[in-house]
Amino acid sequence: MGNRKLNAVTMKSKLQGYFPLFVLPTLAAFTISFLIPFAMGIYLSFCKFTTVKNARWTGLENYRRIFSDSNFINALWFTVKFTIVSVITVNILAFLLALVLTRGLRGTNVFRTIFFMPNLIGGIVLGYIWSLIINGVLGFFGTDITYKAEYGFWGLVILTNWQLIGYMMVIYIAGLQNIPRDITEAAEIDGASKRQIIGRITIPMVMPSVTICTFLTLTNSFKLFDQNLALTAGAPGRETAMLALDIYNTFYGRPGWQGAGQAKAVIFFLIAAAIAFIQLRITEGKEEV
Amino acid sequence: MKKADRIGFVMMILLSVVFLFPIAIVVMNSFKTKFSIMGSPFALPNSKNFAGLDNYITGITTAGIGGAIVRSVFITVMSVAALVLFCSMTAWYLMRDRTAAGRIIYRLFLFSMIVPFQMVMYTMTYVASGLRLNNPVGIIVLYLGFGSGLSVFMLAGFVKSIPRELEEAAEIDGCSPVQIFFRIVFPILKPTAVTVAILNAMWIWNDYLLPYLILGNRYKTLPVAIQISMQGAYGSINWGGFMAMLVLAILPIIIFYLFSQKYIIEGVIAGAVKG
Repeated sequence: MGNRKLNAVTMKSKLQGYFPLFVLPTLAAFTISFLIPFAMGIYLSFCKFTTVKNARWTGLENYRRIFSDSNFINALWFTVKFTIVSVITVNILAFLLALVLTRGLRGTNVFRTIFFMPNLIGGIVLGYIWSLIINGVLGFFGTDITYKAEYGFWGLVILTNWQLIGYMMVIYIAGLQNIPRDITEAAEIDGASKRQIIGRITIPMVMPSVTICTFLTLTNSFKLFDQNLALTAGAPGRETAMLALDIYNTFYGRPGWQGAGQAKAVIFFLIAAAIAFIQLRITEGKEEV
Repeated sequence: MKKADRIGFVMMILLSVVFLFPIAIVVMNSFKTKFSIMGSPFALPNSKNFAGLDNYITGITTAGIGGAIVRSVFITVMSVAALVLFCSMTAWYLMRDRTAAGRIIYRLFLFSMIVPFQMVMYTMTYVASGLRLNNPVGIIVLYLGFGSGLSVFMLAGFVKSIPRELEEAAEIDGCSPVQIFFRIVFPILKPTAVTVAILNAMWIWNDYLLPYLILGNRYKTLPVAIQISMQGAYGSINWGGFMAMLVLAILPIIIFYLFSQKYIIEGVIAGAVKG
């Protein structure tokens, strides 16, 4: 025992000389691409600037500005509505698919492969695939996706469902397969109906998967950018621009608004951090029980 | 029971058709002439509007898609290799040498996972151009930095489960930390390293905004080439060439997926559960 402890101690001191080799490359890249830009970003959100070099401290002015910016308020609401609808539709459909595909049907693996496939395609390509399809359908009625904000909204919901259902389904399948067979069999012997088994056993036992999938869909929908840019680019006007796209437009499309763009990015970060924090609390609480 | 399964089976087949339909439409249109796409995307190719491989030839020659594919492959492969190698080393070191500084560094990696890209995009672009990282080699450094949070976290989770006795035995036999890492730890880390590689490859291959801001028009990656050819065309886009570009962007991933779907699906589940 004492010997092992001694070994651990010598190894530890020996290791320390290797910090430059083992940690420094990653840490240097991390500092350049994350730590410094993050700190600068926080600082610049309190400044007026057109380039990083001419930044002048203006306190909370940027924050005051963005909350009276109709584009930002509109993007915030559009994002919230879109996120709620996507989280509900994606998770219900993915869960139903997972239920069907855990019954040992013929061809289950082929179906799983097909449903998961859209998840591999990048957001820009996804956006253009669906703009072709949706505009093709709307073309029969002599209109297109940029005509009305509702078209863009439901277009984005359909696209997100197509992309994420297979992904969430795979996680639900893993969760469903973790339920021990004997529990459902015992319930069946005791005369429980199919509906009772799903409601009282299956759903409570897949709750961890439900939490994971809910938060994955939540963060994915909330941060959506590529799909939004390719499908509607915010049209008509800026009505279908979500938060990430609005931040981008503020930075690169509105001269003199760089500081406001950075302030919007900080708010965006704070909401994302709050979601992550709530998720952490929920999953930690579950593990303790 | 049997009947319910038969209904389920038919439903799944119909849904599969719905899921494959959008991709099939794009593939079909990539063989039609450029003026017969936008007005009637659902019309089948016929002898009048069949374009053969013309769209692929224009797509590759005029839009610079060939170069974009080579660049995307290079950036993805090199960044993933850098992420797997350096983040494994870092994760192992930080889990074995638990000093206060090491703990703070690890916490910072974890923290970066919750920060959206928009928060740092403007300032990162500034820092990157100041350090002349705005080229296809320099962007690898940015991917290493921005991807290190999730990668270090996932690899560190696995390092915690490796018993130290192995490493201690090797140490008594006179191995240096470098030898211990490469001969003992890294081979054990392999399953998690595969997961990390898959997650990062999917992200980097499909990433649009980072390469657009850093490399822009000079060194287009595949998603950037697609977006720019659409954005810059102002309605005068060659739809045939564009469809061919979309197919060329999807095809490599789908082929890769069909051959290694077991690893991809497992990797994505592991990443989702831990992230």
